[in-house]
Amino acid sequence: MVLFLTGHYPIVHVFCNSVDSTSTSRSDRSAHAAKTPYAMSSDNVSTSTEFSPELRVLRDSNKEEPQLLPKESVQDMAKDVTYICPYIGALRGTLTVTNYRLFFRCMDREPAFVLDLPLGVVSRVEKIGGASSRGEVSYGLVCKDIRNLRFAHKQMEDSLRKSIFEILMKFAFPVSNGLPIFAFEYGQVYPENGWKVYDAQAEYKRQGIPNESWRITKVNDHYEVCDTYPSNLVVPVNIPDEELKRVAAFRAKGRIPVLSWIHPESQATVTRCSQPMVGVNGKRSKDDEKYLQAIMDANAQSHKLFIFDARPSVNAAANKMKGGGYESEDAYQNAELVFLDIHNIHVMRESLRKLKEVVYPNIEESHWLSNLESTHWLEHIKLILAGALRIADKVESGKTSVVVHCSDGWDRTAQLTSLAMLMLDGHYRTIRGFQVLLEKEWLSFGHRFQLRIGHGDKNHTDADRSPVFLQFIDCVWQITRQFPAAFEFNEYFLVTILDHMYSCLFGTFMCNSEQQRVKEELPKKTVSLWAYINSQLEEFTNPLYVNYSNHVLFPVVSMRHLELWVGYYIRWNPRMRPQEPVHQRYKELLAKRAELQKRVEELQRDVTNRSASSTERAGSPTRSITPVQTFV
Amino acid sequence: MLSSLGSVGGKSAKPSFVSYVTPEEIKSEKEPSRKEKHPDLLPGEVVFCSASTVLKYTQDDLSQRGVFGALLCTNFRVSFVSDEAPTEEMVRTLFKNKLYGENDIPLSCVDNIYGDKRKLITGGLVKNKYPSKIIIHCKDLRVFQFSLSFSKEEDAKKIFQGIVHHCLEPKSLRCLFAFSYCENTSYPGSYSYCREHLRKKQTVMFDSVEDWTQDMKRTKGNCRVVSENSNFELSPKLPQYFIVPTNVSDEDLTKYQGKGLPMWCWSHHSGCALFKTASIPLVQEDNVCCRMLTAVAHNHLYSVKTEDLSDTLPTVQDILLSYNKFKQFFLIDNTTEFWMSDMKWFSSLDNCGWLDIIRQCLQKAVEVVESLEKENTNVLIMEEGGSDLCCVVSSLVQLMLDPYYRTLLGFQSLVQKEWVAGGHAFLDRSNHLHLKDKVESQSPVFLLFLECVWQLQQQHGPAFQFSETYLTVLSDSVHVPVFTTFLFNNDSHRDSLLRAESPHTQRSPLNCPTVWDWSVQFDCKAQDLFTNPLYTEKPKQDTSVRKSYRPRHLRQLSLPSSAFKTPPKKGFFKDEADNLKKILGVKRLSRWMLSPSSDSPQTSSSVREFYEAWQTKPLDYHGLLLPCLDGPSIRVWMQRYLRWIHDVQILGGGPVAMLSKVSEILGEVQELQRQLDRHGCTLTSNHKGARPRAKTAAAVIAARSSVRLSSSFPFVTSRNWSFKPAIPTSLLQSLMVTGIPGNLADREDDGGPESLV
Repeated sequence: MVLFLTGHYPIVHVFCNSVDSTSTSRSDRSAHAAKTPYAMSSDNVSTSTEFSPELRVLRDSNKEEPQLLPKESVQDMAKDVTYICPYIGALRGTLTVTNYRLFFRCMDREPAFVLDLPLGVVSRVEKIGGASSRGEVSYGLVCKDIRNLRFAHKQMEDSLRKSIFEILMKFAFPVSNGLPIFAFEYGQVYPENGWKVYDAQAEYKRQGIPNESWRITKVNDHYEVCDTYPSNLVVPVNIPDEELKRVAAFRAKGRIPVLSWIHPESQATVTRCSQPMVGVNGKRSKDDEKYLQAIMDANAQSHKLFIFDARPSVNAAANKMKGGGYESEDAYQNAELVFLDIHNIHVMRESLRKLKEVVYPNIEESHWLSNLESTHWLEHIKLILAGALRIADKVESGKTSVVVHCSDGWDRTAQLTSLAMLMLDGHYRTIRGFQVLLEKEWLSFGHRFQLRIGHGDKNHTDADRSPVFLQFIDCVWQITRQFPAAFEFNEYFLVTILDHMYSCLFGTFMCNSEQQRVKEELPKKTVSLWAYINSQLEEFTNPLYVNYSNHVLFPVVSMRHLELWVGYYIRWNPRMRPQEPVHQRYKELLAKRAELQKRVEELQRDVTNRSASSTERAGSPTRSITPVQTFV
Repeated sequence: MLSSLGSVGGKSAKPSFVSYVTPEEIKSEKEPSRKEKHPDLLPGEVVFCSASTVLKYTQDDLSQRGVFGALLCTNFRVSFVSDEAPTEEMVRTLFKNKLYGENDIPLSCVDNIYGDKRKLITGGLVKNKYPSKIIIHCKDLRVFQFSLSFSKEEDAKKIFQGIVHHCLEPKSLRCLFAFSYCENTSYPGSYSYCREHLRKKQTVMFDSVEDWTQDMKRTKGNCRVVSENSNFELSPKLPQYFIVPTNVSDEDLTKYQGKGLPMWCWSHHSGCALFKTASIPLVQEDNVCCRMLTAVAHNHLYSVKTEDLSDTLPTVQDILLSYNKFKQFFLIDNTTEFWMSDMKWFSSLDNCGWLDIIRQCLQKAVEVVESLEKENTNVLIMEEGGSDLCCVVSSLVQLMLDPYYRTLLGFQSLVQKEWVAGGHAFLDRSNHLHLKDKVESQSPVFLLFLECVWQLQQQHGPAFQFSETYLTVLSDSVHVPVFTTFLFNNDSHRDSLLRAESPHTQRSPLNCPTVWDWSVQFDCKAQDLFTNPLYTEKPKQDTSVRKSYRPRHLRQLSLPSSAFKTPPKKGFFKDEADNLKKILGVKRLSRWMLSPSSDSPQTSSSVREFYEAWQTKPLDYHGLLLPCLDGPSIRVWMQRYLRWIHDVQILGGGPVAMLSKVSEILGEVQELQRQLDRHGCTLTSNHKGARPRAKTAAAVIAARSSVRLSSSFPFVTSRNWSFKPAIPTSLLQSLMVTGIPGNLADREDDGGPESLV
């Protein structure tokens, strides 16, 4: 209750001391319920139970300290710290820093105010100005999840004592301070081992691979051909491993074209790779040309191959100066090259910075839409979606195989292939399927999460940081908005993934590649986010989901249908409380249906008991126990 | 070389108006049938002229292909009758309007006509020339493109002149189709039956003393019903019946032709009430103004706030200007144009100001709600004329405060009360007659109101019994010149015309349907789509009550408490009344007279606080509803504006995907409920209790779940559409790069600043 009355629902947390996973689920549920408060008709049976966990949090929050996770320990605590809330104003309370989180609590207010965030979301801590006239020092926390926090406290009289913010800096940036990331300490046990969610061979088998045209090669078993690729790679049957190595020499970072997805009927494929090392002199590689021809030949339906280069053509051309470039249509005879005009990670980072300025902490009343447009954020989203749509269209409608690449093939390429696969294959729209999609296209194919997010690293100006994955999730959200019944997961699922990408609680998004993850023994030493999510699927399930698995989704990529994701970017603003009335109403109806069904069954039992011998109107009551099916 | 590689999408982006079909091709393709074709004419409908071999372009196609057929102009519509035999699928269109089909344009629905080179055609200008191609933009946002170059010259000339004459040139009200339609239908009979029916259980028409008395009783108001104007003796500008504060004397009623008379709109359960009035001419100000204010103040606690909407809201001209810019974004002639405009979509939307006008109206209504709900003062809103923005604001206030008006019948009654009986000049505002002297008074004020309602509905779906589709259809119906609801400027205007046109001399006035007779336009199945499956009925315990019946402590909950620093204004007592009069004597009404401190910025921040305090309380869909007014919350009414644009149809998606699922389960719940009832009957051996099978929207949508629905459901069915996604066709990148600072775009993905290319 506390959380939602103050309008500050902190990042979702797993408050629990015990191994008992139900308590995990309950406190999490409360945080979720806090986001979608509602008052409904009294005949909803589930209402009271829905709200009870919140009372639990209320009780918990009467303590000054947070409930700690396993292996979490309080590092410092300071009283009389002021949190300058952009919505409520200055709040005085107690600040606690643990090796995992920052916890601020203001007892003066009724209900109490709580701020609870994992240190992993902190991007930078800066001391603002010197000591003020009131003898206070002020600190600003810039967070990765589109908010800034500001604290102030009295100047320490004892100059030897460290400020709590120095302790905070230490634990917010463990990597820079030679400390372990909390994910390596957190030892929560979940019923399921999330690291087993993705099994590359099983996923390829689901797609029907190996088959007469494609095989799984072991050439990269020890990550020797390409250290940023997974060990299992799918390549055309008639290209032997030796040739693969020669192709790797012609592709940036050795990222050869490999299969991501195959159409179950037409056999058209989505393959991904990095740019060819063409250079200024227009170097060619017979092996690479033969290889792409083999990809095309593997699909009997089409005598063409589309190469989608995610970059703007100018940038692709500029890459020739550095030895890279793009496939010339002269060298690749049956290929058609298309540039998708998606900009690089630096442009995206800048765009998000501007977006944050526009939405946090408050939205300027006038010219909201013009301001939004000036960030170009949705324009980038549109271009990415448009690119993925063209890929999906070529594969589905054109029955043509496609090759997708950008420069290195781990940012824009991952966005494009995974979005296209989401459009093409209903399996990826289920909760588990989506986990597989992320594990496959993003994690195993080496999207550099560690560099792009900068887990535990204080170097916030690092040019390698970029919201590439956030953009992808935003694109997914846009598609779920257009097809509200086509996805098994809900918005909360997407938000949770993003929150825990930053939180450093789970090992899932650690490291840059499969090779590093194996080396760091992540599956052994950390918990997977999927273990947590799959332990309480109901929280993340879209009740409106209709499983039309053979259905290709073609989202509309017009600005008219794109919207800023308020539930993520503006969720800290208490005025923009997200609403899910449809889901709520639907759940109510489900409850109502269950209740009525029970009553009908009871009545029927009564009827059969009373008149064991049949009456003139018999037939109907006994047979209509499950009228439900008639509509479905 | 690079540029050719640059965009393959560019291939389809070539100028699209070049590939006309040559006449030879037509001959070989199909011999156009010589036979005269007619649509099924309505009673009283007469064909004025027609032309055959007209090509109607299928606008959703880049190749500019089209369909041949006959183009007709009748006294009701411009109609295109295709030469192709309608396929069976086309015949059973789901959401068929009985009055006009998808290729018909009611004459008053025509917005603008363009000729060759997109030249705007105005009435009177055309003599002997006619364009080879005409584009018709409709007020319901459809766009039609016809080529006349294959028709016989005489026919083409005739049909062009006919359309221009009947759609664009001034005409008299009696020429509107409603009159010949009503004279020629058997409808009046059934209609009078309907009216009786309406009396009992349906839309309250507010055309009798009883209707007004009842509404006042319902809200526990304590004012005076005026019936002295039943023959428009007081003033033809005043409604036939209306309610004023008890303190208004008979003398006052006659004196000022209605101007300055405070008309009761709605009473809050605390006793305070909302009134509206037409502003008083300056000369008479002092006296009347003072007396009227006192009368309003006497209604409850001697408190009154006044708000001159002319000062704070856009004028009707502003509204028209803004809407004219806004609607252009949706009147799309071709795909290239559409994708071009897509790039600057948000800023264009911002610049036209339409969403901002909606926001301002909602904000004003929230301010009034705050005064009524939080401060319990009477509120008097005024503007010149008193029947435009006053109607918008007063209706919105009532929707926010009174859950009855969020039901379908309640909403229709509200429109009757505030707009039809309230004397909104529908005829002048729509300028159906194309009168030159009325061009200035044209303005989509009623549409603005529906837009505001849509915003509320979007934000609080389960609170409304009617659906988005209902609002869209209602906004379309304004341009169908059949319903008496939208044809007149006020009660006396309506009365005099219907009486004069009646074939039965002075006895009974001509009976025309109102828009609420939905069966004139839609069959029952289609009407099912008017209800919102998300709507939650009021809990059964208090079916007949409004909020006043809530227990004390609950009421406290819904009221903002500690968040407000300023204590509620108490109003003032007798001895202070003189003081008020002094203020009034000296100054023309200032806004929010009793809290002079709250000027504009403060008002808005107070509204913010009011909203935030309301927001922290549990949401009660049958209690007070407030809209969120922040930027991202005010949105474009997608269904109304995007429904005809092919490129933005989401096949298999859109809200209908969600609603159909809800409808489905709602249907199951209802079915189970019926079973329970039936079982109850079996047990008690009482067979009469079995309820008849109620029709639900669930059945309609569920029955079609096999069909691929799209986001423009139910207005367009997906039958014609290829299963190809719309791919943006424009030079996306070149324009965008200009917006990217420095040389970020040129940088490499990896490595620091040294790797700038």
